[in-house]
Amino acid sequence: MKLTQSFLAGTALALVAGTVSAQDMTFVSWGGAYQMSQQKAYVEPYVEANPDVSVTWDESSAEAVARLRAMNEAGNITWDLVDVVAADAIRLCDEGLAMEYDPEDMLAPADDGTSAEDDFGDMIVSDCFIPQIAYSTTFGYRTDMVPEGVDAPSDICSIFDLETYPGRRSLERRPINNMEWALYCDGVAKDEIYDVLATPEGQDQALAKLDTIKDDVIWWSAGADTPQLLADGEIFMGSTYNGRLFSVIVEQEQPVAMMWDMQVFDLDGWIIPTGLSDEKLEAVKDFVYFATDTQRLADQAAYISYGPARESSAPLVGEHAELGIDMAPHMPTNPENAENTLLYNYEFWADYRDDIDAKFQAWLAQ
Amino acid sequence: MSDTTQNGPMLAADGTPLKRSLNRALRRQKLRALMLIAPLLIFVLVTFIAPIADMLFRSVENQIVSDTLPTATEVLEDWDHTTGTPPGEEVYEALYYDLYLAAEARAHTRLGTRLNYEYTGVSSLFRSTGRGLEDLGEEYQDILEDADDSWGEGAFWYELMTGTGDTDASLVREHRARLQALENARLTGDVGFAPSVEIMELLPQTTFAYTDFAVFTALMDEDVVAEEDPWEGVYAGLAQDLQTADLSGYDGPGAEALVAAQQTLAEQAEPINYTAFFESEDEDWLNPDIWATIQTYSSNYTGGYFLNAVDMQLTPDGIEMRPDGQRLYMVLFQRTLFMSLTITLSCILLGYPVAWLLANLPASKANLLMILVLLPFWTSLLVRTSAWKVMLQQQGVINDVLVWLGLVDDAARLVMINNQFGTIVAMTHILLPFMILPLYSVMQGIPPSYLRAAKSLGATNWTAFWRVYFPQSVPGIGAGSILVFILAIGYYITPEIVGGRTGTFISNRIAYHISSSLNWGLAAALGAILLAVVLLLYWAYDRIVGIDNVKLG
Repeated sequence: MKLTQSFLAGTALALVAGTVSAQDMTFVSWGGAYQMSQQKAYVEPYVEANPDVSVTWDESSAEAVARLRAMNEAGNITWDLVDVVAADAIRLCDEGLAMEYDPEDMLAPADDGTSAEDDFGDMIVSDCFIPQIAYSTTFGYRTDMVPEGVDAPSDICSIFDLETYPGRRSLERRPINNMEWALYCDGVAKDEIYDVLATPEGQDQALAKLDTIKDDVIWWSAGADTPQLLADGEIFMGSTYNGRLFSVIVEQEQPVAMMWDMQVFDLDGWIIPTGLSDEKLEAVKDFVYFATDTQRLADQAAYISYGPARESSAPLVGEHAELGIDMAPHMPTNPENAENTLLYNYEFWADYRDDIDAKFQAWLAQ
Repeated sequence: MSDTTQNGPMLAADGTPLKRSLNRALRRQKLRALMLIAPLLIFVLVTFIAPIADMLFRSVENQIVSDTLPTATEVLEDWDHTTGTPPGEEVYEALYYDLYLAAEARAHTRLGTRLNYEYTGVSSLFRSTGRGLEDLGEEYQDILEDADDSWGEGAFWYELMTGTGDTDASLVREHRARLQALENARLTGDVGFAPSVEIMELLPQTTFAYTDFAVFTALMDEDVVAEEDPWEGVYAGLAQDLQTADLSGYDGPGAEALVAAQQTLAEQAEPINYTAFFESEDEDWLNPDIWATIQTYSSNYTGGYFLNAVDMQLTPDGIEMRPDGQRLYMVLFQRTLFMSLTITLSCILLGYPVAWLLANLPASKANLLMILVLLPFWTSLLVRTSAWKVMLQQQGVINDVLVWLGLVDDAARLVMINNQFGTIVAMTHILLPFMILPLYSVMQGIPPSYLRAAKSLGATNWTAFWRVYFPQSVPGIGAGSILVFILAIGYYITPEIVGGRTGTFISNRIAYHISSSLNWGLAAALGAILLAVVLLLYWAYDRIVGIDNVKLG
């Protein structure tokens, strides 16, 4: 009897909780400093203005595509707003797992009246992708390990130059970016990289170039690896996301410097999963409208060195919230840093990812 | 005695035959026993057996191709890929309407992703073509609507397609089944449309396209068919039908408009050409290799994933080995087996003396030792793995000590992590308790008097150990080895963190295909092979050592 009663009470509670939690939203992000910047710049001001809303974070962005696919198959989507890189947004859109949206309708115009579509411009790389920030994959190096009498590395091809810059490197354990850098340093012109990489000969050429440093590379799979390896002095130079290097250099004050040459720009943003209830969708849309306006995107840059995706936000980027340093010089989009850059080629990698990855992994395993 | 051997069956107290009564009692007992284990049974079925069955099924499942392009794959069956020419117009025609519905249901890109595993470039081919499909019909739609406004009205279309005579709902049922396969869901609800028999004969392609539209509008958008304007694809169907239709005998709804439309289109529009349309969308559609791939993978079940998992591939010309530079999985399987065996062996070597000490020291010391064994066992896996990183890396503790001692030159520090060595060390440490605990429990059961007896009979220490003690501890080694080996072969996190280039396992690739490339079919095939290898080794172990000899505690 007692058991039945408590069971009934539990059910009743769950039911009540069910109706109350209509404004309880689950956001998915990457954890760490990045998620914290979203919490501070978007969620805290939003919740302050809408006290009935509560937000739960799920740090699953790295496997968001697989998780959403599994949730979709099980017919139970438990996420309301998901932060993913642009390439994953395209895949989610392809799989019908992300909702297509109309920027005019769902996003706020800029303060001067420019429409959201124009303000974000090319950043909207997919019909489902709501851009947030531009980040880049770039190199950091130990300043105290630069050989004497040699200039600090400022050219991407110094990663392949073991004579001038001896020491180990770290590169991501996947073909994307590495293949481009290899071809570029093997003399392929920048605008021909993808034409060359589309051919089997071009792929072999890139792997042959990578072969020259294969034994001196530690291959990372988590963005935190390179900063750690740099801090430990395990490597001389390594690639990772620019925001990670920012925290090594500025927040942890390690003897590390940036090498921005041929940084690869990529985008990160939100997608809304398909199949949300109307009520949930309204709540999510309301949040997205707020969180992607000009001021909010600029605010995020006060916590992390990623560039806001809106053109109108760039002039509003100010100082770091805690350290009080000017953030503009640390942005990947800063003109001085962006003299020679590459843009992640979504179309190319959507097609060639499986093929080239198979070759790359086979090459790695040998 | 004589009482119980009367004529007829023995009877129980209530008068029923004893045999039946006994059976009933036994059945009830069995049922009760079953109900007692039911929670566990259901738990095991749901969380263990079902996922494994699902995985095995996924490794051969390939319905997506024929679900998405049902008509096109059927028409394509007659095409011979060895001719080196693209298929005929009828295939492109079927492809257009298949793809149109798939694009509305947003399923065409999913198929693109699937086929991209087999042929690079299909992904963007499907994605970009899906966007342009409306253009073909729009051309005719504009001409028709310019000539007569009623072609732009949903109600007019609905009346035309429904007609006044008999209707036939079989087409609607078929298309509902198609849409269900695409959406992978049961769609209930009334479509509220059935084409008239007359129109179906007169305008077959239009009816086909309009039925797709009607089914999708009613079931997916949940709108009323008669109130919605048809898709552009329907106009393409109409243009095709009107090229040849004989309208003279038709006097149903919209008869005049149809005659006028036939004339307008004949005057103003080019005859419809699906091949040319697909060529203008992307030249790759004329590439016979693409069609050969679709043909090869159009069956509902495929061995393609398993072939990929053993470095082979299914091509239109049959089964082939993969090119040299792309063979990966056999290397990884061999490496996984070799490293798991090495780890098991090092666990035996390190664990045996510890277990012996545990079993033979006085209780107080043994307990302390046991805590030392268990303490790391209770520590998080990630912490232990990361700790090995700190220990083994070039600027790490061990290298620092070696340099300080002068055993290693500062410039030539040892590379002990991010390779096979690092993985073996870290995993041996992590799996060691799984070897020590079964060994310990077996050794505890070996009476120390046996060793003393052997020695008193003149055996040396070594002989006493090797001939008397060791054979009795073999069941513990067997149990520990099976535990460690099976755990090691599926290990994922530790090799990912410390494995580097040469120390990763097959499970790392499985994880990649599950969470990154989304090639779940290949991941399932790799998993199934791994499962088969484990079962095979288990069977071999049973044959050689005997599974009855294993003692877990």
